[in-house]
Amino acid sequence: MAGIEHETADGVQIELISGQRMRDKTSMEKIRMILDDVRDGNIVILEEGLTPDEESKLIEVTMTEINPDDFSGIEIESFPQSAAGSGNFLSRLIGGQSSNAKLTVIGPANQIHSLQKDETLIRALISGR
Amino acid sequence: MGLLGSLRNSISRVADAFFESNGEPKRIGIYGPPNAGKTTLANRIARDWTGDAIGPESQIPHETRRARRKENVEIERNGQTVTIDIVDTPGVTTKVDYTEFLDHDIEKDEAVRRSREATEGVAEAMHWLREDVDGVIYVLDSAEDPFTQVNTMLIGIIESRDLPVLIFANKIDLDEAQISRIENAFPQHETVPLSALEGDNMDEVYDKIAAYFG
Repeated sequence: MAGIEHETADGVQIELISGQRMRDKTSMEKIRMILDDVRDGNIVILEEGLTPDEESKLIEVTMTEINPDDFSGIEIESFPQSAAGSGNFLSRLIGGQSSNAKLTVIGPANQIHSLQKDETLIRALISGR
Repeated sequence: MGLLGSLRNSISRVADAFFESNGEPKRIGIYGPPNAGKTTLANRIARDWTGDAIGPESQIPHETRRARRKENVEIERNGQTVTIDIVDTPGVTTKVDYTEFLDHDIEKDEAVRRSREATEGVAEAMHWLREDVDGVIYVLDSAEDPFTQVNTMLIGIIESRDLPVLIFANKIDLDEAQISRIENAFPQHETVPLSALEGDNMDEVYDKIAAYFG
């Protein structure tokens, strides 16, 4: 994380990033932050996920950064918007503000052995660096 | 030139641009994960209507590493002609590991070169999707699980851009094919079963292309 020096043991660091922290960032700032974290070997969990356009750019920028000896890309899973972000029945009924939030897990492809999802659970099997 | 003349010229330019763009063939991107049979399909369509293929087909993932366009493919249905440009794109993924190519008897240097080209190709495919296609044929392997994050993300990206999309459930000639799995994964879109390799159900494929993109 910028500005903070970490003394880390061998292991996997998990970053849970709130929607509020992402809200003021531009698309490229979000993508840069995610990829910097993931390239450091961290697992990133986004409370609110990315927009489709940002996901498209995330794939594109990831591809430009893949390096055979260093970085082989990302694994990503998220809950569908209908499950995670459509709000409760009452808020939909009264026309409350809808949300596109979707909990999203992103990690380095070479450290995530498996990333499984069902309707209510994302399970990641991760190896150390 | 007076204000009225400038306004008339502006309107004329806008009108010209509108009618010119409407007269051009629509660019239909063929998207999907690696090894779904996108190039086999693109070649089948191109051969059926132009006599030429678009690119080489292979069992090795990422054989298509550059987007390739076949222009002015005229498809005749029910006495009408629909003209489209077909854009065959590299299979979209979030990771490329050169060691996967080594499993296909490819030397390391060649594997590294292929993986570099593959990453460039995927980035290019995403760029085409955001900027340069008017409609999408999304190709899936009927024998594979369609509930993957890449498929979900790509369909979401396509929907967010309001692009017309047809889902093609390819490889129905395989014993393990399950068309219903694909229909259930994306019930909001029409699924067309086919085998691009064997040429099965191509009449319906062309009917749907004409109806969606004509």
